[in-house]
Amino acid sequence: MASALINVPKKAKRGDVIEIKTLMSHIMETGFRHTATGELIPRDIITSFSCRYNGEEIFRADLFPAISANPFIAFFTTATESGTFEFSWIGDRGFSETASASIIVE
Amino acid sequence: MRWIGTIALATLLNVACVPFLFAVEIPPDQRRSGFSFMAPDNQAIQNDDTANPGMLWVLDGEALWKSKIGAADKSCADCHNDASSSMRGVAARYPAFDTKPGRPVNLEQRINLCRADHQQATPLAYESRDLLALTAFVAQQSRGMPIEAGADPQLEPFVAKGRELFMRRQGQLNLSCANCHDDNWDKRLAGSAVTQGHPTGYPLYRLEWQSLGSLQRRLRACIFGIRAQPYDIGAPELVELELYLMSRARGMPMETPAVRP
Repeated sequence: MASALINVPKKAKRGDVIEIKTLMSHIMETGFRHTATGELIPRDIITSFSCRYNGEEIFRADLFPAISANPFIAFFTTATESGTFEFSWIGDRGFSETASASIIVE
Repeated sequence: MRWIGTIALATLLNVACVPFLFAVEIPPDQRRSGFSFMAPDNQAIQNDDTANPGMLWVLDGEALWKSKIGAADKSCADCHNDASSSMRGVAARYPAFDTKPGRPVNLEQRINLCRADHQQATPLAYESRDLLALTAFVAQQSRGMPIEAGADPQLEPFVAKGRELFMRRQGQLNLSCANCHDDNWDKRLAGSAVTQGHPTGYPLYRLEWQSLGSLQRRLRACIFGIRAQPYDIGAPELVELELYLMSRARGMPMETPAVRP
């Protein structure tokens, strides 16, 4: 099943500021809601997101219950060299997903 | 002088009441997709396939299209091959007439009929992730194509029934669909645009739902809003209403998977 949508430019000039957009499939259950019979629905959210650029961490975010389902995270970085972006999402109930995208820097 | 004033007031009230008594259908050149009522930020989400959460369902649907299921151990692709050619324009013609039940079926029902008849698999529940995913994947193949639903002459009585339901006042608020979506689509309701109610992008991702949902889910929410008893999902009345709405939007381009607030 598909879980992540990643948008990284395929090519960039060295020194360019590029936008990276990520979308992860997740219900982001807050832990504050109840079922029709009154039982608490346990929290099930992504708690952490990080991005590595050729092994070096360039972006990290902590996520909380108020963040909507299927979190969309976009950020900017400087294209320094050709290589790979590795994305990682970690959450409740052992949730762990990864994705990667490559870029050519000229 | 008093009676002249009374007549003037009565005439004024009459004039003010006319739009509510006789729903005026929207002329074709004034029809607008719900997309055009949205803020630019929300439009940007729909326009970018890597930001549109509806694409998560489309990609799931693509995987389901290729997976073998049921006692027949067949996938959708085993009969229909490449969806990008075989399913192109199909969703733009739904709900369509089906000879077996002798009435229109919507795209979700068509998928479940196909599962039962050809894959010998159990039907998928309405609004389940798998059914929404397959529907979104099939409907996305028609993106940009004009809606053609309701052209089949066999559908005529069912379009008429759907139109009758659209025009009928119901619920504690005693409102018809037309009272808002034909007569007052240029106004706002509690800060939100009323819109013309053209189902161009279903199944679509509603930010309010935080999920993809079907047109019938949306119709039920509207019926609940006028404090009437909603029909069950899959009910013939909702399929007829769906059919009328699609025929009312004939010629408008498909947007599946759309994004709406």
